Amino acid sequence: MARNKEGLVLLLDVGPSMHGVLPEVEKVCSLLMQKKLIFGKYDEVGVVLFGTDETENELAIEVGGYEHVSVLRNIKVVDGDAAEIVQNLKRGTFPGDFMDAIVVGIDMLIKKYGSTNKGKQRICIITDARFPVKVPYEGTKEEQVDAISEQMKEHGIKLESIVFREPQLVHDEVTEENDRLLDHFAKRTTARLVHVDSPTSLLGALKTRNVAPVTVYRGDLEISPNCKIKVWVYKKTSEEKFPTLKKYSDKAPPTDKYATHEVKVDYEYKSMVEPDKVVPPEQRIKGYRYGPQVVPIASHDWDAIRFRPEKGVKLLGFTDVSNVLRQYYMKDVYMFIPEPKNNRAIVAVSAIARAMKEMNKCAILRCVWRQGQGNVVIGVLTPNISSGDNIPDSFFFNVLPFAEDLREFQFPSFDRLPAAWQPTAEQQEAADNFVLGLDLAPPEREEILPPDFTPNPVLERFYRFLDLKSKQPDAAVLPLDPALKRITEPEPELLSLQLPLLENLSKSFELRENPKKKKTSKIAWRTEQPTNQEIEAGPAGGHNETTSSNNLKIEDPSASGAFLTDANIGDLNPVKDFEAMMSRRDSPKWVHVAIEKMKSYINNLVENSVEGDDSNDDKAIECLKALRKGCIIEQEPNEFNIFLKVLFEKWRDTSLRRFLGHLCSKGVTLIYKEEAADSDVTEEAAKGFLVKLEAESQ
Amino acid sequence: MDLDPEGIFREDSDSDEEFSQEKEPTKDLVAYLVDASPKMFSPATTDGGKDDTHFHAVMNCLVQALKAQIIGRSYDEVAIVFFNTKEKKNLQDQEAVYVFNVEEREPLDKPTARLIKELSSIEDTFLSNIGSRYGITPGSRENSLNNAIWVAQALLRKGSAKTTTKRMVLFTNEDDPFGSVAGAIKTDMIRTTVQRAKDVQDLGILIELLPLSRPDEEFNVSIFYADMVGLEGDEIAQFLPLASQKLEDMTDQLRKRIFKKRKVKTLTFQLTNDVCIEVNTYALIRPTVPGTITWLDAMTNIPLRTERSFICNDTGALLEEAPKRFHPYNNEVVKFSVSELSAVKKLPNTANNLRLLGFKPLHCLKDYHNLRPSTFIFPSDEDIFGSTRAFIALHKSMLRLGRFALAFYGTSSNSRLVALVAQEEVTTSSGQVEPPGMHMIHLPYSDDIRSVEEIHTATDGVAPRATEEQIKKASALIKRIDLKDFSVCQFANPALQRHYGALQVFALGEDEMPDIKDETLPDEDGLSRPGVVKAIEEFKTAVYGENYNEEEEEKTAGGAHADAARKRKAIAEKAAEESKSYDWAVLADKGKLKELTVVELKYYLTAHNLPLTGKKEVLINRILTHLGK
Repeated sequence: MARNKEGLVLLLDVGPSMHGVLPEVEKVCSLLMQKKLIFGKYDEVGVVLFGTDETENELAIEVGGYEHVSVLRNIKVVDGDAAEIVQNLKRGTFPGDFMDAIVVGIDMLIKKYGSTNKGKQRICIITDARFPVKVPYEGTKEEQVDAISEQMKEHGIKLESIVFREPQLVHDEVTEENDRLLDHFAKRTTARLVHVDSPTSLLGALKTRNVAPVTVYRGDLEISPNCKIKVWVYKKTSEEKFPTLKKYSDKAPPTDKYATHEVKVDYEYKSMVEPDKVVPPEQRIKGYRYGPQVVPIASHDWDAIRFRPEKGVKLLGFTDVSNVLRQYYMKDVYMFIPEPKNNRAIVAVSAIARAMKEMNKCAILRCVWRQGQGNVVIGVLTPNISSGDNIPDSFFFNVLPFAEDLREFQFPSFDRLPAAWQPTAEQQEAADNFVLGLDLAPPEREEILPPDFTPNPVLERFYRFLDLKSKQPDAAVLPLDPALKRITEPEPELLSLQLPLLENLSKSFELRENPKKKKTSKIAWRTEQPTNQEIEAGPAGGHNETTSSNNLKIEDPSASGAFLTDANIGDLNPVKDFEAMMSRRDSPKWVHVAIEKMKSYINNLVENSVEGDDSNDDKAIECLKALRKGCIIEQEPNEFNIFLKVLFEKWRDTSLRRFLGHLCSKGVTLIYKEEAADSDVTEEAAKGFLVKLEAESQ
Repeated sequence: MDLDPEGIFREDSDSDEEFSQEKEPTKDLVAYLVDASPKMFSPATTDGGKDDTHFHAVMNCLVQALKAQIIGRSYDEVAIVFFNTKEKKNLQDQEAVYVFNVEEREPLDKPTARLIKELSSIEDTFLSNIGSRYGITPGSRENSLNNAIWVAQALLRKGSAKTTTKRMVLFTNEDDPFGSVAGAIKTDMIRTTVQRAKDVQDLGILIELLPLSRPDEEFNVSIFYADMVGLEGDEIAQFLPLASQKLEDMTDQLRKRIFKKRKVKTLTFQLTNDVCIEVNTYALIRPTVPGTITWLDAMTNIPLRTERSFICNDTGALLEEAPKRFHPYNNEVVKFSVSELSAVKKLPNTANNLRLLGFKPLHCLKDYHNLRPSTFIFPSDEDIFGSTRAFIALHKSMLRLGRFALAFYGTSSNSRLVALVAQEEVTTSSGQVEPPGMHMIHLPYSDDIRSVEEIHTATDGVAPRATEEQIKKASALIKRIDLKDFSVCQFANPALQRHYGALQVFALGEDEMPDIKDETLPDEDGLSRPGVVKAIEEFKTAVYGENYNEEEEEKTAGGAHADAARKRKAIAEKAAEESKSYDWAVLADKGKLKELTVVELKYYLTAHNLPLTGKKEVLINRILTHLGK
């Protein structure tokens, strides 16, 4: 472990132009530290700020110069403190000089490691590179870069530069010169240069976890038995999974300092016939289904006839790219690179890759990565023409399905669907404009949400929560960070820019909810304006919500019951509140809660009315109507009927006679059998119920 | 239950929540009606031996079909009915109809290993046990064909028409079953049989005819069967070739699990803040793994039950399912409740929701932007009217403008960024090849992408590149080795076919492993064509230089191997030198060998090229033997 420890120096620009994005810099750096605490406990980290008011570095003392560069933390083993200090970076007021900072970083690494730990040292700089770097004492800036690069190469130091600039920033001579210098670095050394223009991309630009690359295969790519190219195969993508958490046991006494708190999971195999008898492992045999039977087959029998292909990667042939559709890619992606330092292999791969690219071809391969592997892999090889002069050309490899993996389901042709489902020319135009308008790769800026710079919001959230919980054990789950929210929802700026398009789309397509399906539909398909009920309820995760919080609460797991008491029917728009409550599906109790709340709301209104204030009568009728409708939809006729009868009995001899009399003409009657099967009232009786009263009152 | 304990297929076994929704699909019930008249037993080809009877062909076809079915659709049920038999065996007590069955099985039931086994050897005993005769003879008034249909109809009474499809498949080589009778009896028989077939079809049972023709005498459908099956006009002309194709298909079926079409999920596809449409997702491509494994007691072959228990590592106490999880962090134990974890995983406002973020040109979707198989999306108007129309409009725009949609696919546990790629419908004469709709491709996050190409950057700053000439040679090579008709999924998975083959061997107690061809091997004949060989040689010379082969040989001969050989030689020489300083014969005689060290003993062994393995005693004995003592 310690053998692989990495020495890292973070160079962070805290100059005035960076202030806007420093919160994201703080987050990404602290995440880097947190992950090191988990996955690289022996790694050593130093932190240097530049653009600071102070100057605090050894070079300044030893040789002078190097102003406004301060070492925040010397290189030492990562600890909780490291995660802490990058969370509160002191803002500086001076423009940062990244060249000075790089020299200071290199100096620190050389002083710390000397000639040891080669290739495991890294400098990572985050800056906007908007201010000119100082002219060196001798030679040009380019020569200075060359000199520094030479040093870095000699000591095996890698450089990773992340340049952040807002999309609207106009590029000038200075930024162009700086970009050229940084690019020069990238060409000269083992360096990576990344340009990003959104806080979200910044979070994804810095690799927060180092995975040691392991080859899947080293050997020949066999064009034919007597023409082979030496290649190494790596994984290009591999899903970083949500960490598996261990089960916690609280059985150990609190005094036991060495308690692991771990839980062991034990499996026992027991006979179906004698439930108490445990069958030992050697007496178990695997059974495979064959029709309704289970056929026992011992593992040595299987081994004798198992499929055992020979290790190797063979070419089956080339074919047009159009023969392999994108949706057939099955798994994470591999990368074939020519054997390092083998110039012949590098040239051979380059020749084939470039020829494939020119001819628009891909290659089909049969791969057996390891000897003894039980299956073969068929896949497609596509060229990857290198972008940098110092990087050899290579291939991507995607696994393709076998005949057994394909399920041939048939779907109707769009052309054969009813005419009512075909878009009109006008609708088609609205769709075209919509597709063009919501462009995530506009020519004037960097691609928005490129996979390469988009972090996994769930993992980000988990590690931040982990760090928080280590300090505050009873902390609540954090709301999603605004920068991460840009991954789950469109940018509001983009939407507001294209508002006419969106409105046009919304107008062109009349979408209606199927009324019959309302009961089972779990989806709030059309979001509504938040109502006062929801504002009052104030859901935990609702801060900064741009869309309706209505949806949000339904999905919020903590809403299952806890909010039942919080929701209310407000005076502002009682009918809407009631409907919103009725349509909530996160708990079956909502319907009853809504009905009860509505009843008491109506009772209140009526009571006020008795006291002489009849301004609410119309409102009460609207509410009764809504309640009636809700009870029909939810098939709860008796809830309504009993309520109406009670209301009637209670107030029939008061000044409300007239009000009650109006109800029938407004369509508020008892719910009858035809409307809801559970009702025991006929239509006639229901309508007659209040008519008598109406007649009397007139 | 343990899926794939060997881990052969483990690479692909992401716990796929989508599979949890698998339901028992609808069933297919089939009654195979096999004509067993003497005509079926006469040689089918003029020069053939005894085996080449139509009966043999039918049995072979049936056995192959059942073998494929037991793996592919083991829930489907079959019945096997012979007619024109001497013996009769059926509930209706009809003459000349024999319902074949084996123990532990209803007449119409799922196929079992025993059924397949007995059916595959039935020919040997058929004539003696069941017997063959012409069922329709002048003067008897018996109508064996009618009886057979009646019996089959009774068997197929099981199961509701909604959840099952029912079929009768009739094998015969007699195109004129009533040829032997005449007059009113004939008309009457034809009338009743056609009427019966009609009744059967009215009950929703399909009748399929698989006729067998001889080379010299083509099966004439128009004589009788066209009426019975209900063929009209052109169908009659096209019937024969189609039927023979069907017969072939039945014999050469791929052993493959068949999945019935069903949606995985219904999602809302939220286009803007206030426009949502409804879509269904389907899994069109998923890695197929061999079926589940059941652990059995090796003594009794009775299935075992797995019991899981949780034990506290510190105290050994038995626990209930632990409510808390923990993660070590910064030398501490950080505890989480299960609900906290699911709250972290679940992003607000996203469950079962596909939120459109925008559109990008197709070239932004790189070849390495992939993690798992894609999911197919098709619109539905079930909950939201107008969804299909909006989807079609969007689909058309995306195709025409060459864009894909970027969306956020929210689920309760694994929310991902996805690309939605519109796919136009592709049809060929044999039907739909690519359905119209969109494919949802799971995109990696920056956490999932590794910059492997940057590991081995050229140290001197410039990586070698191919010259124009070399690229030209490569192009020539590519042109030569071109798979013109390549289609994805043209290969069967050899490991899976082997698995099924082996399973069949064990289940049926067969002696021989069925011959399974590995279709995935390169076409050696094609690669050895002179044109191809020449193109390869030219490419090789262009990129590797003239003397590559020799150099490589030298390298392998003179490289690592030579080093090792030299080393071995040096050791042997040293050992021989050392060995000389001992008088082995004397030491052996005096029994002093055991006073030497193992290293010393090995000098002798190495010098005389003897094995060096074993304990000291073994070494001494070996030396003594070698000295002849």
